[in-house]
Amino acid sequence: MQFLKQPVEFKALPDHAALTCAARVNTRELMAFCRAAHDAERRLVALWGSDERDRDAKFGFALHVAFDLAEGLVCLTLPLPTDDPVFPDLSLPFPAAERMQRAARDLVGISPDAGDLRPWLRHDNWPVDYFPLRRDTPDKQFETKNEDYAFVRVEGDGVHEIAVGPIHAGIIEPGHFRFSAMGESVLRLEERLGWKHKGIERRFVGMGLADGAKLAGRVSGDSTVAYAWAYCQAAEAICGAMPPPRAIWLRALLLERERITNHLGDLGYLGNDVALAFGLMQFMRLKEDWIRLSAQLFGHRLMMDRIIPGGVAVDLDAAGAQAINDQCQALEHELRTLKSIYNEHAGLQDRFLTTGRVTPQLAKRLGVIGLIGRASAQWWDLRCNHPCEPYDLLEPKIATERNGDVAARALVRFAEIGESLRLIRKIIVEMPLGIIHSELRSEPDKRGFGWIEAWRGDVLVALETGSDGKIRRCHCHDPSWQNWPALEHAAIDNIVPDFPLINKSFNLSYSGQDL
Amino acid sequence: MFPMLRQIFRTGIVSEPAPDMDDALRATTQRLSEAMTHQLGRALVIRHIDAGSCNGCELEIHALGNPYYNLEAVGIKFAASPRHADLLLVTGPVAKNMEVAVKRAYDATPEPKLVVAVGDCGCTGGIFGESYASCGRVSNVIPVDVSIPGCPPTPLQLMQGILAAIAPARKTSDGA
Repeated sequence: MQFLKQPVEFKALPDHAALTCAARVNTRELMAFCRAAHDAERRLVALWGSDERDRDAKFGFALHVAFDLAEGLVCLTLPLPTDDPVFPDLSLPFPAAERMQRAARDLVGISPDAGDLRPWLRHDNWPVDYFPLRRDTPDKQFETKNEDYAFVRVEGDGVHEIAVGPIHAGIIEPGHFRFSAMGESVLRLEERLGWKHKGIERRFVGMGLADGAKLAGRVSGDSTVAYAWAYCQAAEAICGAMPPPRAIWLRALLLERERITNHLGDLGYLGNDVALAFGLMQFMRLKEDWIRLSAQLFGHRLMMDRIIPGGVAVDLDAAGAQAINDQCQALEHELRTLKSIYNEHAGLQDRFLTTGRVTPQLAKRLGVIGLIGRASAQWWDLRCNHPCEPYDLLEPKIATERNGDVAARALVRFAEIGESLRLIRKIIVEMPLGIIHSELRSEPDKRGFGWIEAWRGDVLVALETGSDGKIRRCHCHDPSWQNWPALEHAAIDNIVPDFPLINKSFNLSYSGQDL
Repeated sequence: MFPMLRQIFRTGIVSEPAPDMDDALRATTQRLSEAMTHQLGRALVIRHIDAGSCNGCELEIHALGNPYYNLEAVGIKFAASPRHADLLLVTGPVAKNMEVAVKRAYDATPEPKLVVAVGDCGCTGGIFGESYASCGRVSNVIPVDVSIPGCPPTPLQLMQGILAAIAPARKTSDGA
């Protein structure tokens, strides 16, 4: 199978929910394919490395690059020599690759030949020659140091720096923002992330497939359903077994509920950040109502560990379906009221409109995806572009805006809640009957991919088993990787006090990208 | 303005009574004297520190501020700086990259200070454990007074733990 008229022969991987292909390439083929993908306006999904020295002495390491093509997901693997594992810098066609390349360098010790070579996930708290994802690296702990990171300095008359974090002033995750400002206006923002790096990918190695689902569900807690589903898709592809149809529909129900949970919270906090406490309290109330029904029906407020390899852990009875239906109706009514209040609140609109703009051109150039991309006219939504079951039957409508400001990101959230409410009602009515779980048996030396549209954007899980059937390598990719760099651009020329609002309107995951 | 007032009126007051403290969550005996806990009452200022969580615990800490749990009505509020705080609420295993920041925040908190470790990760290191990148549980890095397990703990469990941190020391049955 070939794509983009490139002479690379791909093999379709069996038992995947959507078309998934893989190929081994050389440097020249990889670069040509990247250029072709860029010219065809396709996007980079993820980039990661692995250690293959025990499998093939000839090539030691591997670089994996996944693309979203019109046909489906393709993964190109570039073998790298043991003594000099260097690959071509891909950040020119795909700027989002830059931080992923730096992470691969920190974790596996494979390096791009150019571009930004500063460490990303390594904060000097483990030695420069300790590569946690190399297979012969021992478990070890090191003395922590206080890293001196080479931030880019903006110089000139009247330019001052504002350093924020890692611990922020609210109940949020840690990260460091370095503003270079002139008076109130932001000239440049540089992010320093990786503070929450807790070695998740190394933790996966040697785990059984069932245990891995729990860990995948804790890469980013607010997207636990999406991660668990993507992981289970990958695990099920490895085992060559599709889950029962009812389980797949229940997964979609949980995923849409997760989307609404997070969107409700964000809309509340967006109100709060423009001093409309009314908005925060109303939306937090609706979110709590929503979460409580999740806890009552599925046994966990955030629905963690409800999606398991082979199916789901909980079923829904008729009374539960009725409760969900009633709640959807009530929420729809409340949303209409709150949306019209947001729309007509002059103070709120004044702060939302034109703040933190990412133009469609910039979004396209940076490869911005998910919710943030859709607010800047980027038509990426896996549920529509590559619908897996049951989305092929649900026909979700994509929600987009063109302005790319805080207001657009709020509007997309309103629209997506409305669409998810419609999907949930449809799921409840059309869900097939039957069992909700089937047993899986892990297969040795196999590879599987899972790809799911979480509320932020698409989550990718690339899973591989070793000769013992346990996890050999599991890479979890969060959509925040693509969108964090866009936040740096969105802040430019805005006033510093608007940054919390812009940041909230993105609401990216720190944990998901720090791993 | 009118639609907003109408919505507030229609919503009414949804706040629920606060739960009792749960003494079983205490990791150490109360270090504060009775006079101190009496003085403090429930007027407590919390600084939250995410030391490396998956952000699940943060969602539940956020929920404490919603109208149902209404933590501020109990007299407890969150501050933006450890210098203004009586209690540090720490989530996650402590990531190596956060170790220095957590210790600095602890040092910046004025005495007498309390530390509450939140979630299975904060209590034991949880699913992430100890590694090249993780120091494991919070008490491996700073002293902990109360541990609230759960993945994540519910808002009610969080309130029970926070209230336990400022409750007077339990008298033993013989009155000693």
